[in-house]
Amino acid sequence: MKKVETTLTYIILTIAAVFVCFPILFSVALSFSDLQDILKGDYIPSGLNFTNYINAFQTQPLFHYMMNSAITGVLSTVLQILFALLAAYAIVFIPFKGKRILFMIMMATMMIPGEVLVISNFQTIRSMNLLNTFAGLILPGLASTFGIFLLRQNMMQIPMELKEASTVSGLSDFRFFIKVVVPMVTNAIVTLAIYLFLVNWNSYMWPLLSTTDDTVRTVQIGLRQLKNTEAVSDYGMMAAGAIITSLPTLLLIFFGQKRLQEGMTKGAIK
Amino acid sequence: MNNSSVNVTAPSAVMEEEKAEQKVKKPLPLWVIYVLPSMLIFLIFVIYPFLKNIVTSAFATSNTGSLTSFVGLSNYIDLFTDPQYLQILKNTVIYTVLTVPLTVVISLMLAVLSCTDRPGMGIFRTIFSSTMGISVAAGSVFWNLLFHPTAGLLNHVVQFFGGESIGWLTDSHYALISISVVSIWMNIGFSYLVLMGGLKNIDDSHYESVEIVGGGFFYRLRKVTIPLISPSLFFVVTTSLINAFQSFGLIDMLTSGGPNNSTNLMVYRLYNDAFVNFRFGSASAQGVILFVVIFLVSQLQTKLTERMVTYQ
Repeated sequence: MKKVETTLTYIILTIAAVFVCFPILFSVALSFSDLQDILKGDYIPSGLNFTNYINAFQTQPLFHYMMNSAITGVLSTVLQILFALLAAYAIVFIPFKGKRILFMIMMATMMIPGEVLVISNFQTIRSMNLLNTFAGLILPGLASTFGIFLLRQNMMQIPMELKEASTVSGLSDFRFFIKVVVPMVTNAIVTLAIYLFLVNWNSYMWPLLSTTDDTVRTVQIGLRQLKNTEAVSDYGMMAAGAIITSLPTLLLIFFGQKRLQEGMTKGAIK
Repeated sequence: MNNSSVNVTAPSAVMEEEKAEQKVKKPLPLWVIYVLPSMLIFLIFVIYPFLKNIVTSAFATSNTGSLTSFVGLSNYIDLFTDPQYLQILKNTVIYTVLTVPLTVVISLMLAVLSCTDRPGMGIFRTIFSSTMGISVAAGSVFWNLLFHPTAGLLNHVVQFFGGESIGWLTDSHYALISISVVSIWMNIGFSYLVLMGGLKNIDDSHYESVEIVGGGFFYRLRKVTIPLISPSLFFVVTTSLINAFQSFGLIDMLTSGGPNNSTNLMVYRLYNDAFVNFRFGSASAQGVILFVVIFLVSQLQTKLTERMVTYQ
């Protein structure tokens, strides 16, 4: 009975894994194939032909888009974490009136879908002359409710006595924050960094609206551009472009998967 | 009378105010400094646009977005009497019903089956969570190549078995289903990861007691696993529901809402009204409707969680 169950488990999981991998693997195959072969339905590449990758980089400013995405992703993630750390610290360690209400307002904003905000945010960013700038790309998303929530949950595990002891020994608030609190929530910070970078790198609607030329255009929108040109019928190149776009985040998932899964369930649900 | 009483109380009131100020002043700048960056962003880019959206939804607007005249509820009335918008609402509901239950059930099954110490499970876990690292834009390109009418693999398979080519994204009978398949594929990664985390937190002793009773796989699933991971399960259901109502990228990349609006969803129409047709009043009203829907979904979740969730 046990053996049957094990065999069945492996069979089901293998079939599921093939289905999940398939769309990606199919594109990998196409990205190494000749267009003529693809049109004939011959999808298995005869060898490692990098022409499509070279074309993707040469016909489109793909490298420029990748750099833009990297800058936007890193900048947003760092600032989101910094802002969230500061806010969570105040909410947990500094006593003040209206703290509960402030925290509730912050959490309530989670229920407002971002899509509702883009109309007005577009007008705001435009009136600030920040369209097509990194500032315009990242500003509207810098306050991460999820980040504040996750870090607050983690900071609440730190005993209040530590804060009292540090006050007695004359440690300033800011030094207590930097020297004691931040090191104690490093795990949560790493989880958050992985999660936020994934979200930032893959972000679609706001970069679409806030970039009207190539200056700071992210790779996701670059891919959309590619789709709307004649390049769309160069299937191998499209596949190569999409794979290049996915590589950084796929690597992040491969290495950070366990961390992400542990950190998110600890902070988000319990 | 009045004057004298004011004179008498004034000094002490001032002193008290000063005291209060001294009391408050010391911690006040400190917490404000810490909270200020987040609060400014919330005010300018979340709370202000949200309120402005509600106001705009009651106005007619110029094509630059400035309010021209108050029209009350007529933007809403126009929407609910517009057959196209009603179809879009219907599409969105169908899309949600097609995607959310399947995403959750598949992710749950995969998580339960791969949450063991059997050899090779690490590879499965990596594969199943991998779609979380795929963006809508890239995922759409991958699937577009599978769906492609002539060069795509799916039609080659159909033809191999003697069928006729299918317009996966161009036939209004198939388009919404095709989009739903892509959506399920894209969302499995995140749901799987969260459910996996929930399963990892279950203590082995719970299963041991079932083993003594001698329950099988489904008995275990129903009596132990599902009740114990219900917090994760509710979290996944709610986020999936909210994501379904917010779908935009897939539509924009794969079908542009077509054919014949058969894949036009709430946010795609909102985007088009605001940024293509410059009808900001109507787009804002659609934003409010979207907010109400999502608000109700999250309320439902909170209520259900309170009633049913078992915490370990």
